[in-house]
Amino acid sequence: MNLPAPKVFHQVTLVETGEVYRCREDETLLAGMERLGKRGIPVGCRGGGCGVCKVQVEAGEYSKRVMSRAYVSAEEEAAGIVLACRVKPLSDIRLAVLGKMKKNVCATPPAADAGASQP
Amino acid sequence: MATTGVMRPGHIQLRVLDLDESTTFYKDVLGLVETGRDAAGRVYFKAWDERDHNSVVLRQADRAGVDLIGFKVKDKATLEQLDKDLQAYGVATERVPAGELLETGERVRFTIPTGHVLELYADKTDVGNGQPYTNPDPWIPAAEHGIGPHRFDHCLLYGPNLEQTLELFTQVLGFHLVERVLMEDGKSLLAMFISCSHKAHDLAFVCHPEPGKLHHVSFLLGSWEQVLRAADIMSMNRVSIDIGPTRHGITRGTTIYAFDPSGNRFETFSGGYESYPDHQPITWTFDEVGPAIFYHDRKLNERFLSVVT
Repeated sequence: MNLPAPKVFHQVTLVETGEVYRCREDETLLAGMERLGKRGIPVGCRGGGCGVCKVQVEAGEYSKRVMSRAYVSAEEEAAGIVLACRVKPLSDIRLAVLGKMKKNVCATPPAADAGASQP
Repeated sequence: MATTGVMRPGHIQLRVLDLDESTTFYKDVLGLVETGRDAAGRVYFKAWDERDHNSVVLRQADRAGVDLIGFKVKDKATLEQLDKDLQAYGVATERVPAGELLETGERVRFTIPTGHVLELYADKTDVGNGQPYTNPDPWIPAAEHGIGPHRFDHCLLYGPNLEQTLELFTQVLGFHLVERVLMEDGKSLLAMFISCSHKAHDLAFVCHPEPGKLHHVSFLLGSWEQVLRAADIMSMNRVSIDIGPTRHGITRGTTIYAFDPSGNRFETFSGGYESYPDHQPITWTFDEVGPAIFYHDRKLNERFLSVVT
């Protein structure tokens, strides 16, 4: 019986919290985090379209796929600012989380409680 | 009701980041039928049970989201009248020539106060649903390919100025308000669900500071069983699921939300009720917005209010 080939793992470190998880080379940084039930990078569309999982890779090699220019400019991308759902690790990675999950509904009129506006 | 004037949402043009990947997804996972490609490289689809040539158009772009939504009107005279009515109301319109979209007649294009581009058109080639108009069978093999929805049903758009938008749709375009969600002040609109037909919604909006955003495009299934089948097909294909299967309080539809390969959210749903223009609208208060959106969880998931393209 042939077992699947062993997976290659790399260590991903979130610099703000020190959180560390093992991410496979064939999965995205976001998918690896989600698979282990970990938190730290906000999870949005997982397709490079919504921008909430924006991170800055401070150290490490990675492969990447096309991501929305509405959220990552060419200059940012060249500087290692990417969406975690479009990036797979080729080495251990250290990253800072830039994206936010904002409750982006309209602010209520000034007199009302601001609970629905941005946190 | 007699469906006249603006009849239904007929087409939506979506931006995708990788056209080949998205074409495969819309064809084989969602299960739409590819009906053409144009010189601009756009790919055209229809749901198997739709009769007109196209309802979903994909355009390769550097960002995800929605370019435009087209509503089919009863006939050419209606189109001309609605163009006049829009201009008289103070909405600037422009004409897009016939054929700019494949198999589609002249369109009247305008921008609504939420920042979205809308179009009206009277003609789109009837290519049928794969069955003859005489003695048809009830369904065809394409109905079982992928998720296989019956039709593009509605979409939910995020943007500002909901009150002005509601006025435009009800006073000029003949829509009626079916359900609404109020903000904490008990007056302003957080969300609204409007219909130009007997459907519970043909279009929906949530108030959002950034104009022109897409929350989801929705496809109709025949039953709750098919919603569960859609969920299985999504998981088999490792589709990014947002939430579900579950039920909405609003419209009572059963549903599952997921994302296409570019992050555009889509819904496959069934059920809900029928609306009539004389029905008074249903109102949800801010403190009950959880069960209004997700009836079983009774709370919103964070992504639902935050993630748009």
